[in-house]
Amino acid sequence: MWDFLQTYGGRLAEGTLVTAAQFALATAVALVAALAAGLGRLSAHWPVRAAATTYVEIFRGTSLLVQLYWIFYVLPLFGISLPKLTAGFLSVGLNVGAYGAEIVRGSILSVQRGQWEAAYALSMSPWKRMRRIILPQAIVLMLPPWGNLLIELLKGTALVALIGVADLMFVAKQINGSTFLSAEAFGTALVIYYLLARVLITPAMRRLERSMARRLGRA
Amino acid sequence: MELSAYPLELPPDDRPMVRFMNVTKSYGSLVVLDDLNLDIQRGEMVSVIGPSGSGKTTVLRMLMTLESINGGVIYIDGKPLTHMERKGVLVPADEAHLRRMRASIGMCFQHFNLFPHMTALQNCMEGPVQVLGLSKAEARDRSEELLKMVGMIDKKDQHPSRLSGGQQQRVAIARALAMRPRIMLFDEVTSALDPEVIGEVTEVIRRLVAEHDLTMLMVTHQMGFARDISDRICFFYKGKIEEQAAPEQFFTNPQRERTQQFLRAVKDAD
Ligand SMILES: Nc1ncnc2c1ncn2[C@@H]1O[C@H](COP(=O)(O)OP(=O)(O)OP(=O)(O)O)[C@@H](O)[C@H]1O
Ligand SMILES: [Mg+2]
Repeated sequence: MWDFLQTYGGRLAEGTLVTAAQFALATAVALVAALAAGLGRLSAHWPVRAAATTYVEIFRGTSLLVQLYWIFYVLPLFGISLPKLTAGFLSVGLNVGAYGAEIVRGSILSVQRGQWEAAYALSMSPWKRMRRIILPQAIVLMLPPWGNLLIELLKGTALVALIGVADLMFVAKQINGSTFLSAEAFGTALVIYYLLARVLITPAMRRLERSMARRLGRA
Repeated sequence: MELSAYPLELPPDDRPMVRFMNVTKSYGSLVVLDDLNLDIQRGEMVSVIGPSGSGKTTVLRMLMTLESINGGVIYIDGKPLTHMERKGVLVPADEAHLRRMRASIGMCFQHFNLFPHMTALQNCMEGPVQVLGLSKAEARDRSEELLKMVGMIDKKDQHPSRLSGGQQQRVAIARALAMRPRIMLFDEVTSALDPEVIGEVTEVIRRLVAEHDLTMLMVTHQMGFARDISDRICFFYKGKIEEQAAPEQFFTNPQRERTQQFLRAVKDAD
């Protein structure tokens, strides 16, 4: 095992960095898409609602792998060619964003109605009510489900190997293909994915939850 | 009555602070308020009492424009609140008109509805800064003065979760006053409070009545308090004003059968 890590550790580390970058970029895409679609589904204007619902339905109702292939292989037929790195995080981000949109929508709806009414009674505009009063409280409700979703997102990034992005999974498969050290290659990948989730994502989310609770004066 | 029959503005010699003119409100087939006509004069304190479900809260919420109305027009200081002028006739108001008009109305709720992510001071500063466009410094001065008035200045940096119900309600009153409203609405502001802290909230309202020329409309179940501070009592029954009179007259010599029944019932409950 030591020999294995000495020989392939460098490449696995590079793959891990690519995975981390895909994770970070896909998270950014997912957050923006989820916020836009979540708010869009609550819009007073029906075309906005329709667009948001269509997005959520399509990306939740079909598999991530098919979406990835569509964005990488089919979009070029319509004149939109994306580099594989971009196609990778964009697919994962849009897919997770569709689930995130439901979290955004649900948590906005679970902020007590009285909060909206109090902001209304202060003559705040609809957008200010949302931005200053409702969203800050909704975000606190959103954090725990987003923690789970981001772990799903991390696992989802492993699929980008299938369009040739040299992420952790891609490197592990390469090593396996040339050396047949399956247990070592995939075992190491497994451990790294687990550590990324449990040592980075989960504690970071916990810390965020705690600091948000403090801002509500609850801690 | 057709909308075109309503005046675009009330004449200068007949301008109560609030006028409900033939106002109707229904939810589906349930008529909650039927042809309501009610004037409230400048600086007047009117208490609304009545059995549960008689439409008291609905009256306040319509005035706050939290509820739309199905018929009639509400005027504030002679100008239409629920409607606006378009080509010489009144049409239902749009969001911008409602926002402009309701800036002169403040409301306090049964469950306070303070913003939990802001301190007491921030709660009070939010409206002045975000809506009135005051500078932070001006808004802070104004808010601190009001928090002093309601006796909450030493808790100004606490979040609502750290305050008792009575304290939260006092902050909520300061928050509404920070907008410098001309009309204040109180919907059972002491109903959710423990008996021992009700006094600290009613005391604040008493001072408002004594020291400010606000026009106030208050829904309450506290008959003694209503009798003490009101200029007029308005008794609602099944979506209509059954009887209204000055407090002394109302409580000592109610005219209507239903009023007498209601007053007997609340006396028995005490
Ligand atoms: N959003 C709504 N949808 C349907 N019916 C409603 C709604 N809000 C109020 N009502 C009905 O309207 C009537 C008047 O309600 P309102 O809240 O004004 O009564 P209230 O006099 O304030 O009663 P309480 O003393 O219990 O607070 C009630 O019959 C109530 O059930
Ligand atoms: Mg009520």
